[in-house]
Amino acid sequence: MKFLPLIWSNLRRKKTRTVLTLLSIIVAFVLFGFLSAIRQALLGGVSLEGANRLIVRHKVSIIQLLPMSYKERMERIPGVAMATHQTWFGGIYQDPKNFFMQNPVIPDEFMRIHPEFILPPEQMRAWQRTRTGAVVGRKTAERFNWKVGDKVPIQSSIWSRKDGGFLWEFDIVGIFDGRDKNTDTTPLFFRYDYFDEARSGARGEVGWYSIRIQDSARAAEVAKLVDAEFENSAAETKTEPEGAFVQAWAQQVGDIALITASILGAVFFTILLVTGNTISQSVRERTGELGVLKAIGFTNAAVLGLVMAESCLLSLLGGGIGLAVAWALTSHGDPTGGMLPLFFFPVHDVVLGVLISVAMGLVTGFFPALQAMRLRVADSLRRI
Amino acid sequence: MALPTQWFSQVSAITKFGLMSIPQRRGSVGAAAFGIAGVVAVLVGVLSIAAGFGRAMASSGSPDAALVLRSGADTEMVSGFGRESTRIISEAPGIARGPDGPLASAELFVIINLPKISSGTDANVPLRGVERAALRVRRDMRIIDGRMFEWGTNEVVVGVGAAREFVGLHVGDQIKVGRYSWPVTGIFAAGGGAAESEIWTDAAVLQAAYNRGDSFQSVYVRLKSPSDFAAFKDALTTDPRLNVKAVRQTDYFAEQSSAVTKLVTTLGYLIASLMAVGAVFGALNTMYNSVSARTREIATLRALGFGSGAVVVAVMLESVALAVLGGAIGACAAYLAFNGFHTATMNWQSFSQITFSLAVTPQLLVKGVLWATVIGAIGGLFPAIRAARQPIAAALREL
Repeated sequence: MKFLPLIWSNLRRKKTRTVLTLLSIIVAFVLFGFLSAIRQALLGGVSLEGANRLIVRHKVSIIQLLPMSYKERMERIPGVAMATHQTWFGGIYQDPKNFFMQNPVIPDEFMRIHPEFILPPEQMRAWQRTRTGAVVGRKTAERFNWKVGDKVPIQSSIWSRKDGGFLWEFDIVGIFDGRDKNTDTTPLFFRYDYFDEARSGARGEVGWYSIRIQDSARAAEVAKLVDAEFENSAAETKTEPEGAFVQAWAQQVGDIALITASILGAVFFTILLVTGNTISQSVRERTGELGVLKAIGFTNAAVLGLVMAESCLLSLLGGGIGLAVAWALTSHGDPTGGMLPLFFFPVHDVVLGVLISVAMGLVTGFFPALQAMRLRVADSLRRI
Repeated sequence: MALPTQWFSQVSAITKFGLMSIPQRRGSVGAAAFGIAGVVAVLVGVLSIAAGFGRAMASSGSPDAALVLRSGADTEMVSGFGRESTRIISEAPGIARGPDGPLASAELFVIINLPKISSGTDANVPLRGVERAALRVRRDMRIIDGRMFEWGTNEVVVGVGAAREFVGLHVGDQIKVGRYSWPVTGIFAAGGGAAESEIWTDAAVLQAAYNRGDSFQSVYVRLKSPSDFAAFKDALTTDPRLNVKAVRQTDYFAEQSSAVTKLVTTLGYLIASLMAVGAVFGALNTMYNSVSARTREIATLRALGFGSGAVVVAVMLESVALAVLGGAIGACAAYLAFNGFHTATMNWQSFSQITFSLAVTPQLLVKGVLWATVIGAIGGLFPAIRAARQPIAAALREL
């Protein structure tokens, strides 16, 4: 610790250089934060709650419907606590660009299986009373400035009403919040009984089921039992844990993990080069001084430590500022206007960022430090 | 003011002198050039995703082809009408005729789950039922392996993109869908367009397999000429028996690709801009080092009568030269690594997979080098000004 002033004044020796190096490290970590948030937005929609849930869909594809009667049969399967269903409504509010999900559900079953959605009890009661009632997530409610009591018209691209129209009207009876940060509060949910009675076709058919299982350790086993139950029927099923379902969905977009990892690889490799080069250059300029330090009794290890401490200080400082800036920038949420609802910088990636900055400090400092340690006093003093 | 020729010789003298000292500063010069190469490679790489996707979509439609959907439907997935409507549509004015009647193909569009080869996870692969006219409506469709399916059987042909991305789509394979099994008899190419992501079969067979009765989701038509579209569209929209809309295929596919293209382009520019800021700092560092190492030399030249403008220009030239070199390396690396790379993504409109190849176009390469030039110019400007402003006497005294 007592050498901190020495390290500090070494860094201040060429202020422009230090500041510029620091800035490029900061930029690298801002990028790191941004890409983490993007990856989180595309891959991170798996809540802890999801570990207890299975998704059951038609084996051929998600667009094929399943009979409503499957619910009772599923709930008889050992290991299944409860089952409920959702259906893709594919609605448009004013403009196709205003995308958010709207699904008809059975309110009490749905809220019981999804405890991550927090709806005030009086709003829940209102929903149960109002046939045309709908609840909407906080983000979408704020985006369109919807209040409880509003009537919202939504044009379905799939479902026509009995009168042939595709325009549906819902009464907003509640606004729900997410319990966790990665809970998506963009969807709107409305009542299945209203939907099923008013639609012109496909009565008694639903999109997919969510199952709550009793023991998350037995997920694979229960999934097999469910699929076996409906084997050789007109609508065979494919059952998988919610996490696997979400990840397969994200994989359809592309190998996001690979793309972000390659970009970050390129960024950090570049920063490593730039910083490493700066430090070795400043060590070279100080050959004489290092020789003096050694002459007055600094050990090899102490010189090594001094140079390493300098690079680690630079890297940690840059990393810390960069991560803080990234945190501030991503806290404004989705930069694309609706396409990435779960855009935020997750805490575990912040920790990873700190570890990377330590590692970067050690790697960039290592060779210059080794060079400094190996200096022979006589040579270095003669070099000036 | 010095004569222009004199000024140029001053600039070239200082530039030469800067470039010749590069070997002594190779570490820092290399780091800055590589930094810029990285920026350009990432920029070009990310934008090549959007360019490739856009190209696949653009080559899917031709201006003299149109698509008819239920009015209010944005995609084939949610569209639908009966045989009677498709018959009326195929008799509309403006449709080109072939030997067996109008060039109009009524089609069905469903998706099936097949695992992706790259990840093993399920993906939504489009399965299309077509009529005989489909092959004439899409002029660039041709079988490149095996043979066309037999009409009236459950045989299928597979687009070359789908065959590459998804499991079990080679000639001789059987695709299991529910209780049906569909033998693959051929692989087809379609000029790099969206159809290459699809599996095709006879529409009549697909109707039966999916209990669709005698209904269809879209009609693809070829017009006599692109200018016939307005008449064709008016005839359909004013016909009281129909509730449909007609779109040019080129417009339809442009609309389908806009969401993905916008997302990738926005994120690509965002990432590349941040990286560019980082690279500017790297370049500044290098150029400050470059001028500070030559403080005395530059002061000497100025004492001999070299103008400060010449110093600024020379330092900037050096910086831009380095940046362009780095940018060119990055652009070449991106071209070698990404151009033609096959991949697939989700078409958000129809939730189905679309396969495409990344495209590093000449425009992207030029854009990359331009970015490098700007980074180099900014990175050189401030050090150049510092070099030119140094008081000569003080600089000469400096060791």
